[in-house]
Amino acid sequence: MVKLLSGNEALALGAYHAGVGVATSYPGTPSTEILEYMARFDDVYAEWSTNEKVAVEVALGAAYAGTRSLASMKHVGLNVASDPFMAAATTGVNAGMVIISADDPGIHSSQNEQDNRHYAKLAKVPMLEPTDSQEAYDLMAYAFDISERFDTPVLVRTTTRISHSKSVVKVNRSQVIPAKQRGFQHNVEKYVMLPVYARLRRPLIEERLVKLAAFAETFPLNQVQWGERYLGVVTTGVAYQYAREVFPKASFLKLSMTYPLPQNLIRHFVDQVDRIIVIEELDPFLQESIQAMGIKVTGKEFIPRLGELNVGIIGEASGTAQLLTKTSPRQSFDTLQKLPQRPPLLCPGCPHTGLFFVLSSIGQRAKSPKAKNKAPKELKLIITGDIGCYTLGAYHPLNAMDTCACMGASIGQALGMVKAGISNKVVAVIGDSTFLHSGITPLLNAVYNEGQITVIILDNRTTAMTGHQDHPGTGISAQGKETKAVELEHLVRGMGISDVKVVDAFNIKGIRSAVRNSLDSPELSVIIVRGDCSVHVPKRSEPRVVDTEKCNGCGICLMLGCPAIQRENEQVYIDTALCVGNACTICQQICPQQAIVPESKTRR
Amino acid sequence: MRKFDLLITGVGGQGIILASDIIAEAALAAGYDVKKTDTLGMAQRGGSVVSHVRIGPRVWSPLIKEGEVDILVALEKLEAARWGHYLRYGAIAIVNNHTLPPLPVNLGNERYPTDEEITNILRQRSDRIYFINGTNLTRKLGNIRTLNMFMLGCASLFLPLKVNTWKEIISHRLPSNKRQINITAFGQGRKEIRSVCI
Ligand SMILES: Cc1ncc(C[n+]2csc(CCOP(=O)(O)OP(=O)(O)O)c2C)c(N)n1
Repeated sequence: MVKLLSGNEALALGAYHAGVGVATSYPGTPSTEILEYMARFDDVYAEWSTNEKVAVEVALGAAYAGTRSLASMKHVGLNVASDPFMAAATTGVNAGMVIISADDPGIHSSQNEQDNRHYAKLAKVPMLEPTDSQEAYDLMAYAFDISERFDTPVLVRTTTRISHSKSVVKVNRSQVIPAKQRGFQHNVEKYVMLPVYARLRRPLIEERLVKLAAFAETFPLNQVQWGERYLGVVTTGVAYQYAREVFPKASFLKLSMTYPLPQNLIRHFVDQVDRIIVIEELDPFLQESIQAMGIKVTGKEFIPRLGELNVGIIGEASGTAQLLTKTSPRQSFDTLQKLPQRPPLLCPGCPHTGLFFVLSSIGQRAKSPKAKNKAPKELKLIITGDIGCYTLGAYHPLNAMDTCACMGASIGQALGMVKAGISNKVVAVIGDSTFLHSGITPLLNAVYNEGQITVIILDNRTTAMTGHQDHPGTGISAQGKETKAVELEHLVRGMGISDVKVVDAFNIKGIRSAVRNSLDSPELSVIIVRGDCSVHVPKRSEPRVVDTEKCNGCGICLMLGCPAIQRENEQVYIDTALCVGNACTICQQICPQQAIVPESKTRR
Repeated sequence: MRKFDLLITGVGGQGIILASDIIAEAALAAGYDVKKTDTLGMAQRGGSVVSHVRIGPRVWSPLIKEGEVDILVALEKLEAARWGHYLRYGAIAIVNNHTLPPLPVNLGNERYPTDEEITNILRQRSDRIYFINGTNLTRKLGNIRTLNMFMLGCASLFLPLKVNTWKEIISHRLPSNKRQINITAFGQGRKEIRSVCI
């Protein structure tokens, strides 16, 4: 059967056909869809774990118990999960266990760029990298076999371009390979990593690596593709596709198992070509390993080490390196002027907008169009931020976020600032899913260490950023089952915090008084700002409109950054097709002229 | 069998991913090799979206090289201009004659280009630029959400795929209560582009 599948769909289907019984993940672009596809299979247990560390631990437990398991995550997820990942590499598995790391070269939707291939080397575990959806599908079957055969977790590393591109896949298995039922075998030397036993595992890991290197020599998807011998290209991942286009006549060594490397195969290839180059995205991972074999190769001397590659970039770089005789220089193109950017925005009716508007107006952060020259009255607030849709609150016109490092960091950072002795008030802003992912322990830390900070949890009852996945606060599982929903206010009170306020996300006055009150409080306080994500608001009703008679053009409503509020020839108007109406009304609440009214009120 | 590189651009929420999915699946059904990829970033939230669809006897890179797009389908005017440099000389550009001002324009910090400027940007690569009143026409049809299928109808005139193949794939991809109106929009688009380019 031939299908058009995205890389993520192919990885999920491949895992399913390989007999995976337990699949875990925490959402994160570009990996999210893998678990979403797994969750559709009735005979697989699939869960959104609270974070990636937990996801790997659950998958490891399943593998110990004899069931093939899969944990998928974005690249930074593996940072969070690195502890159990290293542990799994030490104990080995029982049934097969695969960890998918989806890297994001080019930082399409992440907080950094990192090459997770280094993790394979660090943990001394095998790594596979698909070059398209077909390989994504095929590699999963190999991955589980390798995992069981060598008693090791296997790292499958994909990238945004592989995960989010669709290409043609021949699905050669229509049914699941029945996994061997292995059960759990009591074995302290293997599963209990006391120093004595860990020391016993240590040489086994080195032996395993030697065996894996031998296996890599005959791995069917490590392929030499002979063309002309003037140039040999060693490549992997999506870079393989680009390189095939740039060098249609060259010879290729395509590596789909990139750790450990097949050294004999590489030498055999290198010996038969005149010049050898490595083309890979991000770090010189293959290049340095091949150089360490004593082979002279180039690659990163001319291929960029940061960002995504493409045919144009490789072509130009190869031109400068005199690898291409005929280069087509980029044709000039004039855009006549700088075109306006189109930054992503908080949606119309977003429950985050009101809070950021308040934070932006308290402490003189925002400059309303007409009040540009007023002297600041109070000390600027410092707002430590976190990751989610709400990070967009950092953009103009809200400008209400000062930091965003990694998930859960806002609370620890806020405490650090206060302990450093700055005189500004410090507020940490964190989303509900992020709080449950990695905000609980830093909040506990702030309680324990007596930090006088304000923590604001933006509870929109979903993981909106990555496409509205459920989490422990929603009480619905990845497979749509009703489960227990954790009550954030109970959770927070249980840590010993007594100043806990819950406010309606669409009540500006309520938010403002809660924030002011917390800022004046001598103790740590938590504000839960609650309101449904606008994507989940079922019915749009009574859009707001601007009464042009009353509007004096002050532009305060534009400071919300709401996409529904637009301006044409100095007159502000509301796009009624975008406005969510009664579910929001924030612009109506902040208009000093009461010029924003329900549509029905203007048709009197 | 020749190659076609299509770029579909617009704003998050306009249905660009579905449109490019349908092109890719129709081409696969017609026996082509196909790759498609979307560059989304955080575009769900009203940002720019661009989708690359590559069709041919054998496709390697999922991304189209700058200067090699055969057909540009833009669901918004500014987004057409933004990707003008991707066109090859003599390419076809089908542009929905509709303005969605981005926030910096609404705030008065930046200026939306004039129609003439947009045309001049695209003209550097081709004279085959067709402005289509897709938003108005689909509004008349009763549902502006069918704009993506309308624009697909326009593009279909330049692709060697059978109308029936298109209809089958559209039917397959859309829920039954939305099928008919989308197929109608597709047909209207195909008719409209015919009247514009002849
Ligand atoms: C370690 C890690 N895992 C996953 C992600 C991807 N990610 C970014 S923010 C986020 C959660 C956002 O949910 P929430 O905090 O509820 O905010 P919302 O988007 O709903 O406003 C996720 C999953 C990440 N950046 N880092």
